[in-house]
Amino acid sequence: MAALINVPAKAKRGDIIEIRTLTSHIMETGFRHTADGALVPRDIITSFTCRYNGTEVFRADLFPAIAANPYLSFFTVAKESGKFEFEWIGDNGYSSSASASITVE
Amino acid sequence: MNTPVTRRNAIIGITAATTLTVPSILRAQSTGRVVVVGGGFGGAACARALKRAQENLQVILIEPNAVFTSCPFSNEVIAGLRDIKAQQFGYDALGAEGVTVISQAVTTIEPQQRSVLTADGVALPYDRLVLSPGIDFHFEALPGYDDAASDKMPHAWKAGAQTLLLRRQLEAMEDGGTVAIAIPANPSRCPPAPYERASLIAHYLKTTKPRSKVLILDAKDSFSQQRLFEKAWKELYGDMIERIALSQGGRVTSVDPSTRTIVTEFGNYNPDVANVIPPQRAGRIAGIAGATDATGWCPIDPVTFESKLVQNIHVIGDACLGGGIPKSASAASAQGKACAAAIVNLLAGRAPEAPRLTGVCYNIAAPGYGFSLAGNYQPKGDIFAEVEGGSTSPVDAPRELRAREATEAERWFQTITADTFG
Repeated sequence: MAALINVPAKAKRGDIIEIRTLTSHIMETGFRHTADGALVPRDIITSFTCRYNGTEVFRADLFPAIAANPYLSFFTVAKESGKFEFEWIGDNGYSSSASASITVE
Repeated sequence: MNTPVTRRNAIIGITAATTLTVPSILRAQSTGRVVVVGGGFGGAACARALKRAQENLQVILIEPNAVFTSCPFSNEVIAGLRDIKAQQFGYDALGAEGVTVISQAVTTIEPQQRSVLTADGVALPYDRLVLSPGIDFHFEALPGYDDAASDKMPHAWKAGAQTLLLRRQLEAMEDGGTVAIAIPANPSRCPPAPYERASLIAHYLKTTKPRSKVLILDAKDSFSQQRLFEKAWKELYGDMIERIALSQGGRVTSVDPSTRTIVTEFGNYNPDVANVIPPQRAGRIAGIAGATDATGWCPIDPVTFESKLVQNIHVIGDACLGGGIPKSASAASAQGKACAAAIVNLLAGRAPEAPRLTGVCYNIAAPGYGFSLAGNYQPKGDIFAEVEGGSTSPVDAPRELRAREATEAERWFQTITADTFG
């Protein structure tokens, strides 16, 4: 499982729609130690972006207190048919993306 | 359910001050009268223990059902391994011991007057009231689901007609079908039981409809005795059981009974059989008594089980916030007995003793394949905390141990039901 995306397939122009995303990631805080005392290095997602036909409509910065497999839910206005693009960026060069289409009537 | 707790507390504080003086005159005439509402494992054990501890105590048990149907082992009924009659018990033995059993539903509780009103209009006064109402479903938390929906998508989380309905649906399903089990987040009644159910349904399917599968849609990421279950599933059922956990989008957000659709955060499912276990809260009566807080459950003093919100009302079993104690028949029974001992002391003007409770939980993954969890619990501050001495079956164990635990499970059931109803 890379990412789960829930965008309504269809909406009326002007509708407020809910978008849900969930991506699998360990979100290692960087504060934990192994049994022999070594620090487990931080490995988290640091930012999430959602673009709607190229325009950024939602962004979030993520921190070590956020649990593994971050689940984000947010709202936007359905303006036109097209594509939502999602991008997760994190430590150690982590990058992941996904997309979903919507038809606006 | 969401009334501000603080205001309720304030009102109770005032009325309690007045009731302390008035009814004590009445109580002086007898040794006391305790009303127990709910005749499950908690309430029946409590009523019996009260009467046994003090012969001249007047003990009234109010329970609308003439026959009790046990949830423990009802998963075996669903899987066709057991007759529902083996799950059913009456209240004759309690009556014979001097407990007054009233077959009525409770409609109102008046904490100020210390009185319980039943559906036939009778008012029953009490010195101490014990509520053991079990669970109710929190339908608002699962859009689309209600009593009518449960006829199409049974919960089978209160044993009886629902158990048999789920059984019939499994029998009617064709080979190659999918049985979905929707599991709520904690707190809920008997946390490992949904996974036992998945196991036993898989056993039924494997032996009669081997192309079918079980799909678990779970609002939890991890669960009780998870490693034991997952090992059993692999050993016994291969990949027949698929589980979609919370972090894989498994939480069910709504259902549509007209199309038998289960909607999760990230997908729709149309199984052939939909066993939807809704989110839960304390039984209705606890809300009527004003004993539930914003969580939907009942905060209690862990030494006496007396409600933190309403004086002279004790709450035991699944309905109470037991801290570390899982909501199980075994825990309810232990709580019922401990609560009875506390009430006997309180009525006699003695200080109650802090109880030590033991809860045990057996799971059957297939006939002759069982494992268990046992825990000890003691009051710690405001809640019950697990203390040393508990144990869980080893994950790596020979089949003989699993077989022995399956036999022990059956013996446990015979013991607790005889102890409560026999």
